[in-house]
Amino acid sequence: MNAVGIIFSSINEKSIYELTKQRTMASVPFGCRYRLIDFALSNMVNSGVTHVGIVTHYNYQSLMDHIGSGKDWDLARRHGGIKILPPYITAFANSSNLLYSTRLEALISIRDFISGCKEELVVLSDCDTVCNIDLSAMIDQHIATNADITLGVKSSYVSQDSSRTLMIVRSDEEGKVTEVGEYEGLKNGFEDVCVRIMVVGRKYLEELIADAIARGYTSFTKDILVRNCKFHNIRTFKFDGYFATVRSLSDYFRCSMDLLDPDIRRSIFSVEHRPVFTKVRNSAPASYVTGAIVRNSLIADGCVIEGTVENSILFRGVKVGKNTHIKNSIIMQDTITGENVYLNCVITDKNVVIRDGRVLSGHETKPFFIDKDMHV
Amino acid sequence: MMTKKETVAMLLAGGQGSRLYLLTERIAKPAVPFGGKYRIIDFPLSNCINSGIDTVGVLTQYQPLALNGYIGNGQPWDLDRTFGGVTTLPPYQAQKRADWYKGTANAIYQNMQFIDKFDPEYVVILSGDHIYKMDYAEMIEAHKKNDADCTIAVFDVPLAEASRFGIMTTDENLRITEFAEKPKEPKSTKASMGVYVFSKDKLFSYLEADEADENSEKDFGKNIIPAMLNAGERLFAFEFSGYWKDVGTIDSLWEANMDLLGSRPALPLKDRSWRILSRNEAHPPHFVGSSAVISNSVITEGCEIYGTVINSVLSAGVVVEKGATVRDSVILGNVTVKADATVDYSVVDSDTVISKEATVGKSIAEAKGITLLGGGLTVPAGVSVPDGVICGKEMLAELSAKGGNV
Repeated sequence: MNAVGIIFSSINEKSIYELTKQRTMASVPFGCRYRLIDFALSNMVNSGVTHVGIVTHYNYQSLMDHIGSGKDWDLARRHGGIKILPPYITAFANSSNLLYSTRLEALISIRDFISGCKEELVVLSDCDTVCNIDLSAMIDQHIATNADITLGVKSSYVSQDSSRTLMIVRSDEEGKVTEVGEYEGLKNGFEDVCVRIMVVGRKYLEELIADAIARGYTSFTKDILVRNCKFHNIRTFKFDGYFATVRSLSDYFRCSMDLLDPDIRRSIFSVEHRPVFTKVRNSAPASYVTGAIVRNSLIADGCVIEGTVENSILFRGVKVGKNTHIKNSIIMQDTITGENVYLNCVITDKNVVIRDGRVLSGHETKPFFIDKDMHV
Repeated sequence: MMTKKETVAMLLAGGQGSRLYLLTERIAKPAVPFGGKYRIIDFPLSNCINSGIDTVGVLTQYQPLALNGYIGNGQPWDLDRTFGGVTTLPPYQAQKRADWYKGTANAIYQNMQFIDKFDPEYVVILSGDHIYKMDYAEMIEAHKKNDADCTIAVFDVPLAEASRFGIMTTDENLRITEFAEKPKEPKSTKASMGVYVFSKDKLFSYLEADEADENSEKDFGKNIIPAMLNAGERLFAFEFSGYWKDVGTIDSLWEANMDLLGSRPALPLKDRSWRILSRNEAHPPHFVGSSAVISNSVITEGCEIYGTVINSVLSAGVVVEKGATVRDSVILGNVTVKADATVDYSVVDSDTVISKEATVGKSIAEAKGITLLGGGLTVPAGVSVPDGVICGKEMLAELSAKGGNV
């Protein structure tokens, strides 16, 4: 595939600070055994995009630990493969020492990487989105329509409330984009929402970056898409599978719970020839001890279950003690619960210990979050 | 990077494992799946890397395709090395001879060149049909301390079963005085585990002598060890007391799987300090539906459970539909048990579909024995596969024709 991938690992981190306090958005754990970047990376390798740059910001140690050599995504390559692009700071005091804060500034900071690539196209992807999308079809359409930029969109129900964080794209019947923006005073209804994945010609992207530097542009959406959609050939690519954006802790909770729906689960994990890859941890299979009761839950390997688990998501290596009842909760890697614990609408980060007899409850709109390594 | 290794491990993985019947129809015994997400060979390979042995030759012969693909470049076991790592060693044509491996000793003999490349002091000989977690480094340490020529790992077995094994008699320092292969009247209960440490030079000289002997069966247990004992070489036993199981039969394979169950399993695999590594496929986590009942079982990634699973071990991608029951069974990868079907006291090979209301096996209390159902089959709706049989394609066709009434 004649395309290089660029993944923004830190975009929108502030929107979900509980989970990104100690890690990048890319390395937020999701769906029992994955981290958010696994979806963006798997989409790329499953579409033949095997040269991928990952743009980093603060705190990318957990991300580097997760990615390793890239072997688990078959991206440990002599040609191409994964390149971690650390924040660019020069030794001289000047304006370029300011760490980027927007997508466009991030692209400016990696312009050497982009101009050093040989591929003709660039696929840009955020990693706060969860979907299984065929990028090769998107790339084919981009070439066939001779587009400058192709935006992945999904027709979704948008309420006034949710529109604040979404990028709504309007296009004519041929798919040519007419309006891009975050609309004020929007009515409830179906709109095409950008899935935060786009294809752009590499030379064109380089021009955009040079132009942005010259004019002091900072926002990809406002300064490039909104300004250019009337003059350039910007197209939409319609995606109809499941797509979720994680923009708050309650979003995170809802998207995680979406995985309990068999249709949604299939549209992410059971697409033929398009598996989702992640770092291999070599956990032993999950053990159910006599007396365990599990209903409507997703369970990762390495778990030991002696109590009751309902409508919940258990990450690798979680232990559920006797007479413990976990419902509507997300329990991350290596969390241990003692006996007679009751949890409802709780999210525990990694390595949490919940001692015997503790009762904790949140609400689905405001899940109770417990920090990494906490003992309760 | 030092271009020398102290120890090289040679893993005998060419065996057919004919007592596993249908399971080894298309794959070699070491490639037989175990414990949900492993294959038998994961145990010796993981033991090697956990013991600090990073140079392993895997001798293949019978149906090597699945095994070769599985081992690949050794990356899952951290055995993809610039110098050393894992190497598969199939039989080959040489200038003066072209032969299959004729016995365990002959297999090593044919690969002396491979061993020599690393200039090792010690050679560890392993077999690919045992489930155990063992630190070979401790054994090599004992070998050095005893100034031994050969050290054989032994496992204490019940006297009644001792005649199924190679039995060592030792003095109080664990020096082996006598060795008897499957003796009728065993003199001790120290059974060979099929794990040997040899000093390389001694091994090579005995292999060459054995190769020259036309009457020899070219076997370690039958020829090399007795020859060394007769010549008065220093052979020592190394006592091992952890979990060890020969999984050469359907019954023992089933038992070893059952040893993973319970809150304190006989074979604990969750110990992060001695991980068993395996080649993982990309499966999502397993899903347990609202109607599911799961008790005392081990379940891995990619499974979807809507029915009842009791005392069983399920491999990746197994689907148990609503109303279906799986009890006291080992189900290998991607098997589907459809609605209201029952699987009892059975081993079901991969990719088989058990259709609605079909039954496989009988309850453990009533059954004559374990039922083995082959891979890639479809048991038609309502058909019963009886207890204690080995059911392949032909038998299933017969059963289906009769509507399952046997």
